[in-house]
Amino acid sequence: MLGLELAYWQETIIKLVLAFGVVLVPAGATVYLYLFKMVSFMQSRLGPMEAGPYGSLQLLAELGKSAQKEDIFPERADRFVFAAAPYVVIISSFLLALVVPFGPDAMFVNFDTGIFFALAVSSVSVIGVLMAGWASASKYSLMGGLRAAGQLIAYELPLVLAVVGVVIQAGTLNMSKIVEAQIEGEIFGWGAIGNPFILTQFVAFFIFFIAVQAELTQTPFDMPIAESELVAGYMTEYSGFRFLMFFIGEFATANIFAFLGATLFLGGWSVPPFVTDLIGIDPYSEAFNYIGPIVMITKMLLITFVIYWVRFTYPRFREDQLQRFAWKVLIPLALANIAVTGVAKVVF
Amino acid sequence: MSEFFREYLIVFFFILLAVAAVGGLIGLSSAIRPNRPSKGKIKNYESGVDPTEGGWSQSQIRYYIFALLFVMFDVEAVFIFPWATVLEELGWFGLVEMVIFIFILALGLGYAWRKGVLKWA
Repeated sequence: MLGLELAYWQETIIKLVLAFGVVLVPAGATVYLYLFKMVSFMQSRLGPMEAGPYGSLQLLAELGKSAQKEDIFPERADRFVFAAAPYVVIISSFLLALVVPFGPDAMFVNFDTGIFFALAVSSVSVIGVLMAGWASASKYSLMGGLRAAGQLIAYELPLVLAVVGVVIQAGTLNMSKIVEAQIEGEIFGWGAIGNPFILTQFVAFFIFFIAVQAELTQTPFDMPIAESELVAGYMTEYSGFRFLMFFIGEFATANIFAFLGATLFLGGWSVPPFVTDLIGIDPYSEAFNYIGPIVMITKMLLITFVIYWVRFTYPRFREDQLQRFAWKVLIPLALANIAVTGVAKVVF
Repeated sequence: MSEFFREYLIVFFFILLAVAAVGGLIGLSSAIRPNRPSKGKIKNYESGVDPTEGGWSQSQIRYYIFALLFVMFDVEAVFIFPWATVLEELGWFGLVEMVIFIFILALGLGYAWRKGVLKWA
C-alpha cells in the first residue's frame, strides 16, 4: 500500500483507522452541509447558527444530546435482537466501504468480485432493519420494518440489474478495472474524456440512482419511516445512541453508495484523460493515490447533492405506487438495458 | 493460510471494527446517561394512548409474493454476473443464450403481472 513495506498487521491497523475516516467523516460532513444547511437555504431559513461559526459544531451538540438520553428497552421487546439490530446496520455500512477504490493503489482491498461483494453486503442492512422492527414489539415498528423489507427487496433488483450493464461494458467485476475501463474507453475513437459509463449507460445510471434513493429510504421512498403516519417506523422505540446508530448508518451508507456510483458511472478516482495529457502525467501514477481521494470526494458530493435535492423536493410515494414502480417500470427497464448493452457489446 | 483467504480476512476485521465502534459509543454514553426506569416509560409508544393488545399484532403481509419474485430474480442476477464478464469471448452464442434466459424469467414476471399479484388490493 502506497509504496511502503508494512507487515500485514500494521497494514490492517492503518486500514481500520482509515475506515473510520471513510465511513464517518463524510457522513458528518454531508449531514451538516446538506441536511442542516442546504435544506435550510432551500426553505428560506438559516438552519443551525448557534453552535460554532455558522452552526458548524451542531453535530457535536447533537452527539452530546444523544449521549445523555436514557437507554430504554420497551417492556415487551426481544431484548437481544433489539440490542443487536444497530450493530447489523453499521456492519453493513463498514463492509460496503471495503471495496471502494480511491486511487490506483489507495483502496482497502482489491477483490476480483468487488462490485458483487458490495451489492451482497448492501442487502445485509435489510436484516438489521427487520430485526429492529420485529424486536420492538410495537405496532409502528412492526409496520415500518415490514414496509422497509418490502421496499428494500423490491429496489435491490433494479440496483443489481443496473450494475450488470456496467459490468458488461467493462467486462469485469473488479472495481479498479472498472475505473481502468473508463479511462481507456473511447467513444467512437474519441478518447479525450475517456468513457465515463454515465454516457453510454445513462439508463443504468438513472435506475441505479432511483434504486439507491429507495435503498436509503430517502424521500420520496421514505414510506418505512414516514413520520406523519408511523412516528419513526422501525426506529420508533429506540432512544439515545442506539437511535443515532441507525441515523449514522443511513447517512454513511448514502455516501458510500455515492462513492460506488462515482466509481461505476463517473470514472471513479480518475480525471478525464485529456487533463492528464495536458499536464503530462501518467493516469496510473503514484500521484493519483493522493489526487484520487479528492476527485472521489468531489464526485461523491455531487451525487449526494442530487440525492438530498430530490429528498427535499418530492412528496412521498404511496406504498402500492412504490411497489408498482419497482416491479412494472424499473425491473423491465433494467432487463431491457441488459439486452441492449449485450447486443451493443457484441456488435461493436 | 492461502493468499485468497488472507485477502478476505479483512472482511472479518471490518466486522469487528463496526461492532467495536457501536459497542464503544453505546458503552461511552452509559457513563453519562441517566437511568431512572419507570413503568410508564417502558410501555410501547402508541401516540400517547395506552397500548392495546400485543405488540406483534396481526397484519396482512402482502409481501410474500414479492419475496418469491425477488428470489427468482436474485438467482437470475447471480447467473448474469459471470456471464456479463465473459460476454466478449462468448460473442453471439452467449448473447442469444442469455436473451432466452432473461426472456423466460421476464415471462414469469409477465405471468405474475397478468395474474394481478403486482396490483395492490
